Amino acid sequence: MKIVVLVKQVPDSGAERNLRAEDNTVDRASANNVINEMDEYALEEALRIQEAHGGSTVTVLTMGPERATESIRKALSMGPDGAVHVLDDALSGTDALGTSKVLAAALKRLEPDLVLCGAESTDARGQVLPHMLAERLGVAALTGARKLTVDGSQLTIERQTEEGYEVVTAATPAIVSVWDTINEPRYPSFKGIMAAKKKPVETLTLADLGVSADEAGWAGALTTVASHAKRPPRSAGVKVTDDGEGGTKLVEFLVSEKFV
Amino acid sequence: MNTLDLLGLDDLHSDEERQIRDVVRRLVDQRVRPFVRQWYEHGHAPIRELANEFGNIGLLGMHLEGYGCAGASAVSYGLACMELEAADSGVRSLVSVQGSLAMYAIWRYGSEEQKQQWLPGMAKGQYIGCFGLTEPDHGSDPASMSTRAYRNGDDWVLHGGKMWITNAPVADLAVVWARTEEGIRGFIVPMGTPGVSVREIDNKLSLRASSTGEIGLDDVRLPYDAVLPSIKGLKGPLSCLTEARYGIIWGSLGAARDCLETAIDYARTRTQFGRPIGGFQLTQAKLADMSLEFFKGYLLALHIGRQEHRTPEMVSAGKLNNVREALAIARTCRTILGANGISGEYPVLRHANNLESVLTYEGTSEIHQLVIGAKLTGLSAFS
Ligand SMILES: Cc1cc2nc3c(=O)[nH]c(=O)nc-3n(C[C@H](O)[C@H](O)[C@H](O)COP(=O)(O)OP(=O)(O)OC[C@H]3O[C@@H](n4cnc5c(N)ncnc54)[C@H](O)[C@@H]3O)c2cc1C
Repeated sequence: MKIVVLVKQVPDSGAERNLRAEDNTVDRASANNVINEMDEYALEEALRIQEAHGGSTVTVLTMGPERATESIRKALSMGPDGAVHVLDDALSGTDALGTSKVLAAALKRLEPDLVLCGAESTDARGQVLPHMLAERLGVAALTGARKLTVDGSQLTIERQTEEGYEVVTAATPAIVSVWDTINEPRYPSFKGIMAAKKKPVETLTLADLGVSADEAGWAGALTTVASHAKRPPRSAGVKVTDDGEGGTKLVEFLVSEKFV
Repeated sequence: MNTLDLLGLDDLHSDEERQIRDVVRRLVDQRVRPFVRQWYEHGHAPIRELANEFGNIGLLGMHLEGYGCAGASAVSYGLACMELEAADSGVRSLVSVQGSLAMYAIWRYGSEEQKQQWLPGMAKGQYIGCFGLTEPDHGSDPASMSTRAYRNGDDWVLHGGKMWITNAPVADLAVVWARTEEGIRGFIVPMGTPGVSVREIDNKLSLRASSTGEIGLDDVRLPYDAVLPSIKGLKGPLSCLTEARYGIIWGSLGAARDCLETAIDYARTRTQFGRPIGGFQLTQAKLADMSLEFFKGYLLALHIGRQEHRTPEMVSAGKLNNVREALAIARTCRTILGANGISGEYPVLRHANNLESVLTYEGTSEIHQLVIGAKLTGLSAFS
């Protein structure tokens, strides 16, 4: 089975993240950039499928600037066979729709049986990309998986919902997006880290993919961020004084905040 | 590392070195740091589980080539030791003894069959090894050891005992050094062999998250091929010690770094006389001086790590300096934390106590002074 895993480089969600004043985009230059956490779970799932089904290949696909190579090498150190990096100056400013166009073009070239990706990225949190890609490629979308079973060309997921889960099946080719409940990603081994340097990374431009520059980047973006403001500082919480009604007030608070 | 990296030391490393360091740091953050305080308090660590986890990423024998080992560089190995010891010297000791003493002895001096039999399982953490050189009556002077091995038919028979042996209570095998008619030789001793007994040394006030034991060898009968074929004489065990001491040069700095980070954080937040104690000149002088020793030690470690041919003198210089300075840093950081400095809530006194063991094992400071002194003067204090 030919598996492609989508890996995005994002600013570390554990640190403070900022938008740039000039163009309202995420300030990636000054951020500590890491692999989008959910993508590590997708990659882990791909590697497990590869280990269970002989003859499979796992390729990482990343669209991003030059420094994304760092994340590609990190992903490769976990064990996949190689990577494709879509790198083009004209990509700056690409929105979700444009990203799906570029990635779909790259996926058409790679012809995978299975595309795995995270259910969302920690920077944009749109959760739309898997659906857009499925639509563009004309393949099934199995999204939000907490479990994936592969039986020949038959894929079955447990789609995680707020109430429980739904069992959804489809045949390959398909795209599966996963949550962090699906597995526990491995630590890259030292051998993996050392081997990652020698693994093939193919770099593709928009021209290589047959996508014109005005379909991507700022030129092709259908959405724009008009302005942004810092989140207001936290306000003081509610203090409940227990005058015999403390318990009731606590429960009322929890209910009003939908905790119970 | 960032607050402490005023010199840009990070830039002296390759991507690969940094990645290996980051993986160890992540593993240690998740699997060691949250628990190590309890292990230390109870004098008991889950050595086997740790060995498995470490084996999975390739940490055990990581600087050796082949037989399931990663073949990483000396500096990568050093950085791994540093991250481990930033959590606890006992956890780093587990890895040093496994990789640099037990595995290295077999890798360097073992037969092909011995290597095939033991090394892949040791690299994975399935087999835990220990290294028996020290005896109750012979520590700094192993040449005078009393454990003997003699031939009986084709077999070897070992008699004697080893003391202060890291990992012994949990080990599957020991590399034991014994006197024979042909000089000191090394033996691979499966711990289940009749005549082998182990007693755990408790009551330790240092290195409590490590398991230390005494090994009894009562006429232990071993097959002819239990001996390490390619080495005779004290240079066998000493060359293994040079490997492990090298790791300590880096490891001890890890403990120092953790103390410094804790003390800096504490000094910025603890207020006395109406201001953070970190704002007082005396505190800053302590922090500045300690950070200098840390930087110097780091550069020394890196210099020694980048050598193609690491001489025993280089390693002695590194071990002597870095452990001594790490201990001084730990003690000074302890003062900055005041009463909290003696609490197990903070790692500082635990590190200081651990470093007392590190100062003694793998050659005491005095022995390293004598090694360097002999080179400087041409006069050996030992003969
Ligand atoms: C926690 C721990 C784990 C250990 N793990 C291992 C292990 O896995 N395997 C192993 O083989 N050993 C191990 N050791 C033993 C360690 O290597 C020895 O303790 C060390 O070599 C010192 O020996 P000793 O304790 O007998 O001290 P001694 O040799 O008796 O020394 C006592 C003091 O005398 C000084 N001294 C001795 N000779 C001289 C001299 N010529 N000139 C000046 N001063 C001198 C020493 O420096 C020291 O200060 C471990 C020790 C500890 C504490």
